[in-house]
Amino acid sequence: MIATLIAGCARLVTGATARWLVEPRSERQRVYFANHASHADFVTIWAALPPPQRARTRPVAAADYWTTGRIKRYLAVRVFRALLIDRSGSDGARRATEQMVGALRDGDSLIIFPEGTRGDGREIAPFKSGLYHLAIAAPDAELVPVLLENLNRVLPKGETIPVPVIARVTFGAPLAPAPGEARDALLGRARAAVAGLREAD
Amino acid sequence: MSSLRDPVVQRLLGGLLAALVLGTIAGRLLALRARTEAGRATVANMNERIKAWWVMSAVFGIALLTGRVGSVVLFALLSFLALREFITLIESGRADHRALLVAFFLATPAQYVLVATEWYGLFAIFIPVYLFLLIPTVLAVIGDTHDFLRRTATIQWGLMICVYAISHAPALLLLDIPGYGGREALLLFYLVAVVQLSDVLQYVFGKLFGRHKIAPKVSPNKTWEGFVGGVLCATLIGTALYWATPFAPLEAAAMSLLVTLVGFLGGLVMAAIKRDHGVKDYGALISGHGGVLDRIDSLTFAAPVFFHVTRFFF
Repeated sequence: MIATLIAGCARLVTGATARWLVEPRSERQRVYFANHASHADFVTIWAALPPPQRARTRPVAAADYWTTGRIKRYLAVRVFRALLIDRSGSDGARRATEQMVGALRDGDSLIIFPEGTRGDGREIAPFKSGLYHLAIAAPDAELVPVLLENLNRVLPKGETIPVPVIARVTFGAPLAPAPGEARDALLGRARAAVAGLREAD
Repeated sequence: MSSLRDPVVQRLLGGLLAALVLGTIAGRLLALRARTEAGRATVANMNERIKAWWVMSAVFGIALLTGRVGSVVLFALLSFLALREFITLIESGRADHRALLVAFFLATPAQYVLVATEWYGLFAIFIPVYLFLLIPTVLAVIGDTHDFLRRTATIQWGLMICVYAISHAPALLLLDIPGYGGREALLLFYLVAVVQLSDVLQYVFGKLFGRHKIAPKVSPNKTWEGFVGGVLCATLIGTALYWATPFAPLEAAAMSLLVTLVGFLGGLVMAAIKRDHGVKDYGALISGHGGVLDRIDSLTFAAPVFFHVTRFFF
């Protein structure tokens, strides 16, 4: 109930119009990977999903941001069922990948931001290798590129009140790793797939 | 519009209903007759527009019947949505964020509170004077001087068009016209009806007879045939509706001609902005029509002119 309410509010605030170049109601397990510009990013994607898909899709988010304060923690854990990643320590990346693979084994879909950090909304930074490891560990999951536009304008870094600029979410055609494809090749292709959605109309 | 029992209100609403029914039937007939691919697409878009007109008329009618509160709330929402479409279209960056918060969450509601509380003196200068000074101040305090004047001017312009200009439509309710019996809400209905009819009729005449483009570089859909036919017909209807206004027949003709001409210029200016940014519509909220701003572009120019001419002469 609260999830539906929040999803509705998120769509209202961001005015997000979702464009689907892939079947929205697919039963397949998916890894949605998107460019990252604001804290409102995963909520926007999550709210754009059809309810049954939304119910089994877990956004991957930074524990250090989402565990400060009770409301944020409640939202992250109970409402979004976020997979909270602890980025600290030297083996942070490895543990994060393990957590994500674990969630995929449990049958959930994931929303991830392979840039690893929020950008300025124009350039998409090189992707971190997590996406590649997920593709190897869960070969049956579809890799769906997602482009978020204007989210950096709705809620730029360092701001707390969103401006109601109309955002846009585009879900692109899934990407399949070619047999024996090198890590950097796949990551480069994934990043190009997200960037390529900018022009697709 | 004080009451459904008012015979003038009944006749206006009856007329609106008749127009909608007529349009719907015409649309159905055209759909049966369309042969070519392009023809079918045009008729399909037309029918989508007609369907949206039913919804828009219902919303507008209910808002007017609920009196001042309903009208003010409706136009405040329209302003908010229009400003949102406008700001989305222009390039705003991180440094504009705080100024945009002021525009959306301070200026817009405040302007409509001024309408609701009938504070005419401040209503008339709040955005042109105080926001004009506040927006650049906020931007300067944030400290990013890149493109400073362009960013300031764009936000101010959006506020003037989407909030200040549009707020003159519900502001008609705070006029006190002698001998009109406090039915100023009918005047709001009249303004919106004539302006929107003019838009619709320009579209219809343009589709039927349009040959010579008026401003091919700005708006390729506007033709002389559509313009003349639409403006004349809307003026005729506006004249025929004089009994619902405080105007004599000739005065109603002059007022209708004025708002349709000014409304046309509004559509032209708003089209120039779309052209410059390489888009066809401001949004996609109203099926078949585009965004809110696409639907009320003529009204942004017509409302303030109609308001002041009425206020001065009547």
